[in-house]
Amino acid sequence: MDRKIVIPGDLLSEDTRRAGEGTYVRNGKVYSLLYGIASFRDRISVIPLAGKYIPAVGDNVIGVVKDITFSNWILDINSPYDGLLHISEFPKKIDVEDMSKYLRIGSSVMARVKDVDPAMKVELTLNDRRLGVIKTGRVVEISHTRVPRLIGKGGSMISMLKKELNCNIFVGQNGRIWVSGNEEDMDLALKTILLIEREAHTNGLTDRIVEYIKDARRARG
Amino acid sequence: MDERVFIKDGIRLDGRRFDELRPIKMEVGVLKRADGSCYMEMGDNKVIAAVYGPREVHPRHLQEVNRAIIRYRYNMASFSVEERRRPGPDRRSYELSKVSREALEPVILTSYFPKSVIDIFVEVLQADAGTRTAGINAASVALADAGIPMRSLVSSCAAGKVDGQIVLDPMKDEDNFGQADMPIAITPTGEITLLQMDGILTRDEFRQAMELAKKGCQEIYKIQRRVLIERYSQFEDLQDEGSRR
Repeated sequence: MDRKIVIPGDLLSEDTRRAGEGTYVRNGKVYSLLYGIASFRDRISVIPLAGKYIPAVGDNVIGVVKDITFSNWILDINSPYDGLLHISEFPKKIDVEDMSKYLRIGSSVMARVKDVDPAMKVELTLNDRRLGVIKTGRVVEISHTRVPRLIGKGGSMISMLKKELNCNIFVGQNGRIWVSGNEEDMDLALKTILLIEREAHTNGLTDRIVEYIKDARRARG
Repeated sequence: MDERVFIKDGIRLDGRRFDELRPIKMEVGVLKRADGSCYMEMGDNKVIAAVYGPREVHPRHLQEVNRAIIRYRYNMASFSVEERRRPGPDRRSYELSKVSREALEPVILTSYFPKSVIDIFVEVLQADAGTRTAGINAASVALADAGIPMRSLVSSCAAGKVDGQIVLDPMKDEDNFGQADMPIAITPTGEITLLQMDGILTRDEFRQAMELAKKGCQEIYKIQRRVLIERYSQFEDLQDEGSRR
């Protein structure tokens, strides 16, 4: 088996070149740093089963405005650290006085992490066609550790979901997922996403999810 | 005190041998609201540990720019001992909070989470000697459950001296009327993170107690590991049944 559950301090390999994410090297051996699922490919990495989202440059996230300062929106990004969205990162040129017209407290946005400095100041941007303020659809929150499973190997799971569920889906690395489609499709989409979260650590998930969606569709007729 | 006999024919008051631990029960993820949690029974001790974080530090001035701080709160419930205890922290619980925190700090990778805090709360629901060691064992599992990066778990137990004999994991009476008590905490690779002692031991007795306590910790480590692994293999079993249908 190339996947198994490990705990911190478990010996994974004696070959330090195989040390990947979620591992550490000591005395020429590779150990696990986390309680999670170890996958043994060329590199050994451990995916945690729980934990807080720590922002990294390039991540897509969904944030909720919790404060507005002179030239920044402060966003809750489901992490120990706040996200800062500077006024200049808004796709349109707007005046400081008008900030709350475009994004008020409680608004949700799809954003990208532009920079994270060593003091964990997280700068966000909206400058991309796919990013922007959320006006329609729904947002679900799952553990960010399950996001890789929701995306699947090479995006296999997420592209299947988009097709089968008939929905537009935006996955935030911070575990928040935006879904947009007609009401019935969204209902099923949210249920499916929560199912994936619950069973993220099991094998052969994508196939089972395809079946699940088909069953649900058939039951509805 | 002297007329009490604790060991008869190599068997202790509760029927254990010198090198035997009290029965242990452990459960992970018992608290829904906490990021990680663990309930533990070591003999008649009952403790529960909850971990929150990494999260924002309040008050702000405690925050460190290059690492996470760790807070550990050891607390005994007022009903945890025979005579009702006055609630709230006292000298003893401050000390135990400090030594327990220091027992866990070396394995946690605090530099991964600058400006944040990891809060550990340990509540003793029922006490019967050795609550600090039970607390550390439970907290270490709760930290793993919270997904916090650690070099390894930490296991902890005590060795003591009663009736001139070195024994593992003393219970209440042995602790109260014995000649020495020595709790330790240790990583599976053998690094000692906690070592306390009260009473008097000779050098030889100390070595003997150390060996015994280390063995006890290794046994506890096996249980900690098993509890964590089994938590998800249960799901896998369910999955198998589902696919067979």
